[in-house]
Amino acid sequence: MYVTTIAGSVFAESAQTVALLLAFLTPELASRIQFGWAITIHIIFAALSVGLAPFLVYFVVQEVRTGEERYARLRKFWTKIFAVGFVMGTVTGIPMGFMFGTNFATFSEVSGELIGGPLSFEAKMAFFLEAFALGILLFGRERVSDRMYALSAFLVALGAWMSAFWILVVNSWMQTPQGYELVMKEGVPIAQLTDPMAAFFNPRFPWMYVHMQNAAVISVTLLVAGIAAYFIWKNRDSQVWQTALKVAIVVLLVTSIFQVIHGDMYGRHVAETQPHKFAAMEAHYETGAADLHIVAIPTELEAITDPRADNLYTISIPYLASFLAEGDFTAEVTGLNDFEYESPPVAWVFWSFRVMVGLGFWFVFLGLWGAYRLWRGGLYEDDRYLQALMLSAPLGFVATITGWYVAEIGRQPWIIQDVLTTAEGVSTNLGSTEATLTLVGFVVGYVLLFGVFLYVFRRILVEEAERQGTGTEDRETPESPGVIADD
Amino acid sequence: MTELLSHTEYLVDSLPELWFGLVVVALGGYLLLDGFDFGLGILYADANEKERQTMLAAFGPVWKANEVWLVLFGTVLFAAFPVVYANLLSRHYLLVFAILLALSLRGLGSKLRGEGDDERWVRFWDACFVVGSTFSPFLLGAFVASWVLGTPSAFAPGPVAVGLTVVALCVVLGAAFLGLKTEGLLRETVARRGRMATGVYTVVLLATVAVLYGFHPELRPKIVATPTLLVVAVTAASATAFVYASARARYRLAVGGAGGIAAAFVAYVAYLLYPSVDPAVGLSIADAVVSPLPLNLASIFAVTFLPVIAIYFTVLYSVFSGPASPEESYS
Repeated sequence: MYVTTIAGSVFAESAQTVALLLAFLTPELASRIQFGWAITIHIIFAALSVGLAPFLVYFVVQEVRTGEERYARLRKFWTKIFAVGFVMGTVTGIPMGFMFGTNFATFSEVSGELIGGPLSFEAKMAFFLEAFALGILLFGRERVSDRMYALSAFLVALGAWMSAFWILVVNSWMQTPQGYELVMKEGVPIAQLTDPMAAFFNPRFPWMYVHMQNAAVISVTLLVAGIAAYFIWKNRDSQVWQTALKVAIVVLLVTSIFQVIHGDMYGRHVAETQPHKFAAMEAHYETGAADLHIVAIPTELEAITDPRADNLYTISIPYLASFLAEGDFTAEVTGLNDFEYESPPVAWVFWSFRVMVGLGFWFVFLGLWGAYRLWRGGLYEDDRYLQALMLSAPLGFVATITGWYVAEIGRQPWIIQDVLTTAEGVSTNLGSTEATLTLVGFVVGYVLLFGVFLYVFRRILVEEAERQGTGTEDRETPESPGVIADD
Repeated sequence: MTELLSHTEYLVDSLPELWFGLVVVALGGYLLLDGFDFGLGILYADANEKERQTMLAAFGPVWKANEVWLVLFGTVLFAAFPVVYANLLSRHYLLVFAILLALSLRGLGSKLRGEGDDERWVRFWDACFVVGSTFSPFLLGAFVASWVLGTPSAFAPGPVAVGLTVVALCVVLGAAFLGLKTEGLLRETVARRGRMATGVYTVVLLATVAVLYGFHPELRPKIVATPTLLVVAVTAASATAFVYASARARYRLAVGGAGGIAAAFVAYVAYLLYPSVDPAVGLSIADAVVSPLPLNLASIFAVTFLPVIAIYFTVLYSVFSGPASPEESYS
């Protein structure tokens, strides 16, 4: 009942808000916010799926290979999280595909030949595989052989990674489109596929795929590390969570350093292919040599919503942005004022970029700190480090989301770079009322959904903590035959 | 391979029609498989706690794979007929989101009911599961009918009648599936409900055809034609087989019978639609299909992966064959 009461009062308030919003939300703006909001929540679960799957493979393989209880415990714990995340990922992911048709119908018509195919390949190659293998991973421990069980974990991971592959084929094509030809069909320009290899493996694709997948792994690694730190902090001798922490630190060290190096090279590629996005990342308005602002602090409120290098208190390295863009310290970087089309929302891009990069360096630091402790000893007694990990547990997801904002908001006003603007891509028959109504539905619905996810997550944590408290965690827990559940 | 792909001709001349067929097959696969789940969710409404756990144990391992058929349907339509995808979804804007909401309630309800320990939590998510399982087939049926009939809104007599038909059909499918997955008293109760639903389905289907005849004069020549008779005959034979098999505890045959009813239904949908792919704007298959290269490419993927998908389903359903046990829930 309490859930319905909350839902009821939220509904009443939403009705008022809708009336207010209708006054100024155009179908275009509502559609953009709706898509952006939906992906903000979806990307958390997508990253959870992509990043956690390799950990599950490792735990299952170790469980099967060594027969040690600690790996079984880790597998059970993380499979539960994975299962809830997967349901949330499905629930939040399916609408994204349909939104292409509902909200961005013109875009779907123009680019159908290029993106319809990859989306259907994703369904055929990835979704079926993942759903099938997950059925076995979650419910089949007692029904299939060890080998088949380990295989199912691997196939779940393969499915998740292939799914991201095709989605990023679509997205990267929108950033650097090629392999097509524009033809007029009944008065509408249609991007006709001429070269699938060029279109799918467009210049942006490898950059985006590597960066995004690695971001997902880092996000989950920090989550694993943070939760392991929490349980170790509560019970220093937990073999189970010591194992998890060690694995996480090694993975974090490698992936976070790689991400910084890769990110730097990726930035250069963006400067070449989407100069306006690069300019927005540095709030660079006037064409000329560009400085790199390592730290930027707004000195007045206006600078938050309209960051311009002069309005900010910055610690900058002169000419470095020029070097990053062109490999030359004196290179001219085109400023936002000199593009023929409107600028993207600079504030979002500028601040998102800073949050992402700042967090990226923080993760490298955490990785180095942990590696040092692992090498010199005292890892499980270093309270300050354990606390830093606990607080950092959700930060990988924050970095992933802000990185996504840089990529997506930074490409505006284009929905397909230099081909179609977002405003042109929106469904022509979409009304303001409908668009606003569903936007409010998504905002309210996904807030509730995310709240439920956190509640369930917390409950899984509490259960594990109780198991630790009773000291049963490292002993063989007797299980009745055929029962997978351990609660 | 490259030569094959750079072709400006379709691999076979009738490839656009074959893709129309694939859209229909995906829709039919979805109706059959998620129909099991929707029916299970509707029958769940008045089951007791232990029966509910058995039902969820039957539902858990397969529903995600079943639901992917909806995504397959959507993306196959998008890949072959993007204009139809765009028009159809933007035209039925609110309905599409209502369907997604219903599907979400169904998926979340089943998963989350076990993740909390207080009674209200469990009841709340149970209610979501039942409501989602009932509204999903109704709204999907109305959506597809509105597409096929070319009505501007799904809340017209034709689509509403079709929606109700699909709900009745899902109960039959759910009962057939549960025949394989349950035992004892629950199995008998469910089988009885399934037989009742078959009667209801037949009546509602006939009423729906009458509604279509009355409200859609343009369809009359199609309705009064041999294919309609064929569909009626196949439906009658399948329904008889289902009732017979269900009463004699021959559960595999019962699934076959229910599947026959569903197949006849989808075939009729395709018959009413063809050769148009979007009657509301008068688009034919030839108008709406993508150019040869992307369709050839998509065909190669389809030919490669459809057998693989068939293997997944064979393995999945055989790993989890036989009656489910109420203890056999994941969480």
